[in-house]
Amino acid sequence: MLRNSPPGAADIGALERKATRLRRHMLTMARDQGQGYIGQGLGIADALAALYFHELRYDPHNLNWPDRDRFLLSTGHYSIALWAALAEAGIIPIEELVTYGADNSRLEMSTLDTTPGVEMIGGSLGHGLGQGVGQALGLRLDRSDARVFVELSDGEMQEGSTWEAAMSASHFKLDGLVALIDCNGIQADGPVVLDMEPVAGKWRAFGWETSEIDGNDMKAVVGALTDARQRNGKPKAIVLRTLPGKGVPRIESSEKSHFFRIDVAQWDGIIAEFEKSVGTQP
Amino acid sequence: MSGAAIKAGRTLAMGQDEAVVGGRQSVEAPFGRALARLGQSRPDIVGLTADLGKYTDILPFRDAFPDRFFNVGMAEQNLVAVAAGLARTGKVPFATTYGVFATRRAYDFVAIALAHSSLNVKIVAGLPGLTTGYGGTHQAIEDLALMRMIPGLTIIDPCDATEIEAATEAIAEHQGPVYMRLLRGSVPVVFEPGYTFEIGKARRLREGRDVGIISTGLMTERALDAADALQKRGISTGVLHVPTIKPFDTETVADFAAGSSHIVTAENHVVVGGLASLVVETLFDAGIAKKVTRIGLPDRYIECGAVPTLQAKYGLTTEAIIARIAALG
Repeated sequence: MLRNSPPGAADIGALERKATRLRRHMLTMARDQGQGYIGQGLGIADALAALYFHELRYDPHNLNWPDRDRFLLSTGHYSIALWAALAEAGIIPIEELVTYGADNSRLEMSTLDTTPGVEMIGGSLGHGLGQGVGQALGLRLDRSDARVFVELSDGEMQEGSTWEAAMSASHFKLDGLVALIDCNGIQADGPVVLDMEPVAGKWRAFGWETSEIDGNDMKAVVGALTDARQRNGKPKAIVLRTLPGKGVPRIESSEKSHFFRIDVAQWDGIIAEFEKSVGTQP
Repeated sequence: MSGAAIKAGRTLAMGQDEAVVGGRQSVEAPFGRALARLGQSRPDIVGLTADLGKYTDILPFRDAFPDRFFNVGMAEQNLVAVAAGLARTGKVPFATTYGVFATRRAYDFVAIALAHSSLNVKIVAGLPGLTTGYGGTHQAIEDLALMRMIPGLTIIDPCDATEIEAATEAIAEHQGPVYMRLLRGSVPVVFEPGYTFEIGKARRLREGRDVGIISTGLMTERALDAADALQKRGISTGVLHVPTIKPFDTETVADFAAGSSHIVTAENHVVVGGLASLVVETLFDAGIAKKVTRIGLPDRYIECGAVPTLQAKYGLTTEAIIARIAALG
């Protein structure tokens, strides 16, 4: 979506339908591959829909446009969600989604920057925010008003480099930098291994303009992004409380939701459950 | 070598000159001066440090271009990540810290955030090998071995002030990630003005048929002095200077080695995984079966102490090179 001016009023219903489409793509990808980080992907779908179809300024036909807003997915294993968003945004073909995680596919299980629309190699956690700081500094040197959005997760906050980056962002007063912290309460060994609370308090203490919202409430997500756009002088942290597996009760309640591997018949059951819950939504 | 400026027998304070200048002329902060000069015509160059600007000679650049200089504090992972981000916006970041921190501490960031994407970042790393008396925490004795393993990373180990200036210009022109070892403070001048540096090229500095010394970094200065002394004793000694560790100039090294009866490597680095290993691999690949004498640091952590004392103890001096080669028989 090419935007040369700040986004206008959001059509919340349209964005919710986009989030549904992203979730549908993800479920299909996970079924075809038999596995995936579907819990995280379903959880972050609302934020990605708000970003790619309301907030971010970019041109799908000119991905290297210097004044584009950047979106950095620090948690590279959420790639399933990013592929869905990039496909809906017209950056990669929707038909290509079936190749997710397959040999020789460019839609890896963890992001590489060789795929169009990807701004960094994610997956080695704790890398995203510092790279966002560097991009925000570079854009400021170029007097560009483009902004940098970095997604990271609550588990990822355990990587010390996150805090190195957080310190530097507030020191450099990077008000064009927005961190989206996906707090879904799960990490590789299960429920968050170290208590990260108070999450918002930590970001605030590091000098960030901080808000905390239900990350699966589209109106709240759009509101927080709008608010972040309007404040100056500090980097912004939006703490998104998300539900892993959002939209599919069977995944929402699963302890395995960090990485989900089940057989095809079960996937079909999950997809049926999802379609029933969204009803006639496109 | 006399080491006139340095009192033997005590550990140096942070920021004191650590290069042993001896009887040679020296230049203050050749890297920082070269970078500040380059900055005039290259608005894309930015400077970064992690609370070691004073000690990595980058302040001349900061003073000339304060808007293009960022100190991220004691945070080397972030130093590399921020440099990566700047590179993605078209800047050419020069990031300075000590070698130990750029390698051991920030390795994952150098490998994944920089090299995996071939980003155009130059890491300039102080205190290479045994150039500080601060002990194992500060001596980057294995940095070349570590960095060699990173695909696509160019690695430079300059000898003197002339080469540091030339290499700074060359790596600014080069597209891609670079790790350059930094001799800081008052750096000796070994090469005359007009010396040309080319990434990836080794330089024959002396021809000799008995012994061929293959050296890198500050050891080339000592190898040249040793070769002069050995020549007077009737031992014809050649010197091949290899300032680029990666990509390694295998052709010139093999050619040089083939023309020498004895091969000696000399590096300011452990003899594991650095120049010695590269030379041995090169000779093996080229089918040259000769013994190689390896001068360098032993495979152990080095203690604290005065630099001249430690360098003498671990055989990095001109005298030690002479003694090792004279003993070859």
